[in-house]
Amino acid sequence: MLANVVLGFLWGGITAYVLLAGADFGAGFWDLFSGSAQRGEARRHRIAASIGPVWEANHVWLIFALVVVWTGFPTVFAAVGSTLYIPLTAVAFGVILRGSAFAFRGAVTDLALQRVFGAAFALSSVITPFFLGTVAGAIASGRVPLGTARGDVIGSWLNPTSALGGVLAVEVAAYLAAVYLTADARRVGESDVAEWFRSRALLMGVVTGLTAVAGIAVLRADAPHLFAGLTGRGLPLIAATALFGIVSLVLLLRRSYLAVRVTAALAVVAVLWGWGAGQYPDLLVGAATVTSAAAPNTTLFFLVISLSVGSLFLIPALMLLYSISQSAPPETQPRYRP
Amino acid sequence: MGLVADASSNLGAARAQMGLSLGWHIVFACLGVGFPVLILIAEWRGIHGDPDSMRLARKWAKVAGVLFAVGAVSGTILSFEMGLLWPGLMGKFGSVYGLPFALEGFAFFIEAIFLGIYLYAWDRLKPKVHLASGVPIAIAGVASAFFVVTANAWMNNPQGFILVNGQVTDPQPLTAMLNAATPVETGHMILAAFMVTGFLIASVYAVAMLRGRRDRYHKVGLLLPLIIATALTPAQIVVGDIAAREVADNQPVKLAAMEGLAHAEVGAGEHIGGIFINGQLRYAIVLPHVLAFLAKGDINATVQGLDSVPPQDRPEAVTLIHLAFNVMVGIGFLLLGLGAWLLGSWVRGRRAPASCWFLRAAIVAGPAAVVAMESGWIVTEVGRQPWIVYEVMRTADAVNPAPGLYWGLVALVVVYTVLTSVTVFVLRRLARSNGNGATGVAV
Ligand code: HDD
Ligand code: HEM
Ligand code: HEM
Repeated sequence: MLANVVLGFLWGGITAYVLLAGADFGAGFWDLFSGSAQRGEARRHRIAASIGPVWEANHVWLIFALVVVWTGFPTVFAAVGSTLYIPLTAVAFGVILRGSAFAFRGAVTDLALQRVFGAAFALSSVITPFFLGTVAGAIASGRVPLGTARGDVIGSWLNPTSALGGVLAVEVAAYLAAVYLTADARRVGESDVAEWFRSRALLMGVVTGLTAVAGIAVLRADAPHLFAGLTGRGLPLIAATALFGIVSLVLLLRRSYLAVRVTAALAVVAVLWGWGAGQYPDLLVGAATVTSAAAPNTTLFFLVISLSVGSLFLIPALMLLYSISQSAPPETQPRYRP
Repeated sequence: MGLVADASSNLGAARAQMGLSLGWHIVFACLGVGFPVLILIAEWRGIHGDPDSMRLARKWAKVAGVLFAVGAVSGTILSFEMGLLWPGLMGKFGSVYGLPFALEGFAFFIEAIFLGIYLYAWDRLKPKVHLASGVPIAIAGVASAFFVVTANAWMNNPQGFILVNGQVTDPQPLTAMLNAATPVETGHMILAAFMVTGFLIASVYAVAMLRGRRDRYHKVGLLLPLIIATALTPAQIVVGDIAAREVADNQPVKLAAMEGLAHAEVGAGEHIGGIFINGQLRYAIVLPHVLAFLAKGDINATVQGLDSVPPQDRPEAVTLIHLAFNVMVGIGFLLLGLGAWLLGSWVRGRRAPASCWFLRAAIVAGPAAVVAMESGWIVTEVGRQPWIVYEVMRTADAVNPAPGLYWGLVALVVVYTVLTSVTVFVLRRLARSNGNGATGVAV
């Protein structure tokens, strides 16, 4: 029971990370493809202004997920960390590069330097979600056994499901970012920028949907256990993804930018939870379940208390941050000129 | 070189990687604890009619924005490393000492959230509201230091669990968190964070003043952090003394290494300097009976030596531990001297010393405080070896045996070398620019 509550907090945290930090990575993706310094200026400025105040807070969801796993499901943390150390090291370096390059770019004024830091920021924004996706693929396809470094340190993340996970992660991030940025740009009256992001959101929506469909074949061949779960218990959620995905495209075509934020996020949530539902109650397929891997009850009890009390502080604070950053008049937002 | 390596080469590499990442992170972590408080004090003075303080607050907030981002990402890599490098530790004891990390997670949230508000909404909030929005950052910074150091204190003083056939049963996370080393270690660390921040910032302004920029702005920039840091120094020495006695009681082998005691001594003397050759400390200055008095409160007390435990249970790098301890204590007293200089001049003439020598001393004080803090961590961590959890789990049993692990160290050295240079470069740029359109001041 308590173990399931902890799992609920964990999955909630991962969902928040995907929806919020995912979009920050996606913004970096679009920074990469924003075109030359001149043509891309307005877009890059919108990206920097939108993620500047929030990315650090969004990033903490990753830390949150890590510490909940290592306290609540310690053996799973040990197994994942030791077997998947290569992609996780890549993620860690990606995080370093992304965060520091973004901060540095905002702090320097000359063009050449901004370009260098901008490129590092954009590149790491693609690398990081990709490797996180490979980690998800490794876990989902049952390639991480229990115990320290029992899995194949290469094959565990270099395989069809991990590749699918990596590509999907990058695409989902880019899709969410384009959707959010469209609304942000329109709110501050930059209609050219809004149009640019809108067309990217449409494109990415279609590409992501096609990848997901192709992914079904990959999973069937490479991760039969997950495939069975997705087509069994996970099926309603997978159907919901398709539905929200299509609704989102329609809303984008009709320029309902605020509504599409919600439906696009729901589409992503449904995929994520479809995976969760399909794999539940296994944390490591065939090796550890939510109850078998859980820490003893005393630990879970204190963890649940901490997470609940912490959330009481966290949620209002987050709402304050988002309401302040969403209400900023354009001229007071940080200026980034490439 | 192939991807093949055995676990023993992993151990060395993993320890080096952990030490490097921690030693790097802690500098930014100190600033993450101390800087918000300094900025708030400056802003408070600014709101109450001191424009120089207000300019400082704005300048510092900009710098802090960069420092905090680097602090956050360097901390993230540490969280990964707990699993990548030490799965044996986390898999076994995560249920015992994971809780403070979870609490720390919330502190990070609060810190990052209010930082976003504080930095980006400065001109949109009323001055007092803006000031208030910075208070949670300061509280969360101190709280995160507290939580993470309780975890470290537990590694030094493990309790709150029972081992049955090598399996952890009955974990008590609160008991684990609140162990005997917790009050002194957390207190010592939080004070260290404020000292490091204060002396470092003061250094920067001392440099500017020595170059002739002796206007009021620079004076405030020097004195505000310097007064705070020097005022805390005596407290730090007192807490350090308590820490040493706590170590004497609970980790006698670490104390023996710190003090350079190869054998038990009746009425043990304090050894300053010296190096270990063939298991004996040579060339040290000895103050008879002083250690016995400091550690046990009795000039004739017996203090245990390294040989009280078999060789495989002793730390290897005893010279390093001993000298690091001497360096920390020595710097502590030198910084105390700097405070006395400042105080003396204030008492005599109601003004801070303006001589070049004072400024030079203030310049050195910043890096010196960092060295003291890093030395303290070397004492704590290297002094705990060969244990990752004192007398419960060996570091060698915690390390990840996966092949090729040492490439992580190679990558980290490269990344941190680049990152250090770029951070210094960007901070210098920031220092030279001036947000408020004032003269081209250096800071
Ligand atoms: C500004 C930094 C600074 C200064 C001036 C001092 N220390 Fe320190 N010391 C630290 C910063 C520090 C630290 C880095 O913060 C450590 C590492 C772990 C900890 O809790 O604090 C530490 C650890 C540490 C330990 C080991 C604790 C353990 O392993 O559990 C002892 C015994 C002392 N200190 C004692 C002293 C004494 C007697 C000082 C007198 C001058 C002193 N320290 C000054
Ligand atoms: C931030 C200040 C800290 C510094 C500078 C520091 C420094 C070091 C160093 C130098 C080592 C290598 C020791 C050796 O190989 O001989 C080490 C090891 C380690 N430290 Fe720390 N440490 C710090 C704080 C912490 C904290 C707060 C924790 C945990 C909560 C921690 C956990 C560890 C672990 C797990 C190892 C590896 C195992 C071991 O060598 O015992 N450290 N640290
Ligand atoms: C004595 C040792 C430590 C102290 C005092 C300390 C304190 C801090 C502080 C104050 C911050 C905020 C940084 C800033 O804003 O600049 C921070 C960040 C961070 N620290 Fe440490 N830390 C220590 C060691 C560790 C260790 C051992 C870990 C992990 C195992 C860790 C994980 C993190 C993480 C994940 C962050 C980033 C939080 C974010 O995203 O905002 N720290 N630390």
